[in-house]
Amino acid sequence: MSETILEAHGLVKRFGDFEAVRGIDVSIARGESFGFLGPNGAGKTSTMRMISAVSAPSSGSIRIFGLDPTTDGPAVRARLGVVPQEDNLELELSVRLNLEMFGRYFDLPRRVIRERTRELLAFAQLSERAEDRVDDLSGGMKRRLTIARALINQPELLILDEPTTGLDPQARHLLWDRLYRLKRDGVTLIVTTHYMDEAEQLCDRLVVMDHGRIVAEGAPRALIEQHSSREVVELRFAADSHEEYLDVLAPFAPRVEALPDRALLYVEDGDATLHDIHASGLTPASALVRRSSLEDVFLRLTGRTLVD
Amino acid sequence: METPLENRAGWARWQRAWWYHAMQYGQTWRGSVAGSVLFPIFYLAAMGVGVGHLVSAHTGLVQGQTYLHFIAPSLLVTTAMQLGEGESLWPVLAAVKWVRTYHAAVSTPLEPEDVLAGKLTWVATRSLAGGIVYTIVIGAFGALHSWWALTLPLLSVLTTLAFAAPLVAYATTAESDASFPTLYRFAFVPMFLFSATFFPVASYPGYLRPLVQLVPLYHAVALGRAAAVGAGAPAALAAHLLVLVALTVAGVLVGRRTIRRRLVD
Repeated sequence: MSETILEAHGLVKRFGDFEAVRGIDVSIARGESFGFLGPNGAGKTSTMRMISAVSAPSSGSIRIFGLDPTTDGPAVRARLGVVPQEDNLELELSVRLNLEMFGRYFDLPRRVIRERTRELLAFAQLSERAEDRVDDLSGGMKRRLTIARALINQPELLILDEPTTGLDPQARHLLWDRLYRLKRDGVTLIVTTHYMDEAEQLCDRLVVMDHGRIVAEGAPRALIEQHSSREVVELRFAADSHEEYLDVLAPFAPRVEALPDRALLYVEDGDATLHDIHASGLTPASALVRRSSLEDVFLRLTGRTLVD
Repeated sequence: METPLENRAGWARWQRAWWYHAMQYGQTWRGSVAGSVLFPIFYLAAMGVGVGHLVSAHTGLVQGQTYLHFIAPSLLVTTAMQLGEGESLWPVLAAVKWVRTYHAAVSTPLEPEDVLAGKLTWVATRSLAGGIVYTIVIGAFGALHSWWALTLPLLSVLTTLAFAAPLVAYATTAESDASFPTLYRFAFVPMFLFSATFFPVASYPGYLRPLVQLVPLYHAVALGRAAAVGAGAPAALAAHLLVLVALTVAGVLVGRRTIRRRLVD
């Protein structure tokens, strides 16, 4: 077993009467890429703030690098990189000054700041925009700058809250590529996301959160094998509700789910099932066979979809 | 231990927060510096010399001084007040809510109290620089008569902090800027006009005079006038000083709690 970089037990976060996080346990090893998957409001961001050492748990314990962040906050944060859900860059300052300012926050010497700023500008593919005001950058560039900024102290642990939400596919893939490189360099990553493809791409291991609790834990493939079938047939009918097709479709699959816009059949051989459906005289407006994903795991465990 | 020693510049955490404001100011310093030299000249020329000419033609001296001498210290402390107001409402709300740059700061080794200390020391720095310039300009207009006038830049700092500290504490609790214009309309502007700034307390109706004493700016104005001429009753001066110090200390103590609640909960 490799070194544990973060360990939390019975973590709870309350805001008044509302319990955002309801007792979670996680243990993350150095070098691992770990994901928190869940819909909006599942308690991911509150969890991230606690493990970023900026918000004290209402109860439970947490150790990061073996330190207690509630008493050693500055020492813990000195070794962390944090990419928040919303970019909080200094819009009036240039790209370069945003990086230098953060270097100063970490009390790095001028020479080190200059060196790392140059490297990080290249890493984030922003060298050409170094002197431009951040306000003038595109969304994807701002996101890359936020990540570059979080790396100025060469963190051992990088925490990313919804890193690619709101980005177009090209910008997402560029970001993923940068995160792979960090992972390859041995940086421990903690990522929250409500995109299952992102979790499958980036995470060695993940937990699925719902209503402030962990409802499943494991490697993405293992979770899919454990909680879903091999393939899924998606059918759309020209109807207002797909609920009414549940009975008709039941004979074709061990499990059928109806979503507002489609019906899902969980089967081992999708093509065979689809063939049977067509042979029975049913005429869906569209049909698709695909592999099971984390989205299906989530639906199975919570009865709801990740992205509403 | 935060970072290996050989890799540290050795700045205290609040100094790093101060540096952030200095860097930000570096973007706009030209306009700001020009203003802090030109506005004192404009105001002293228009109010002190221009209006002062009318005053001396009609009433002669004000409290034994020319009108220029009378209002020069008020102008300095009202400028200090306005700096404290302007730096503490919208910029702070932006940093905790809209642009969230203070949230970025506390994701590093900085603590919320460091962010507050960096903010207030930065505002104090600007007030000191502005106060020095203002004092020089007043001197150039020939309106200083005591070595005590050298304390005017320090009075500028204290006045700025007496407003900035409580207002920063307030702004860190705000959810919107809806109340800010109201503060200007019903507190800052009346204070600017009616703190014995432009005419002596003796010109107020008798029943209003005690009220003036409740206004923070009045105490700064009184101290400024005393410093410019190097005279004043020590007990009264101590009381004026105490008001400004108390506002600053109260603002800092409350602000430490409110900024922590806002940033790290």
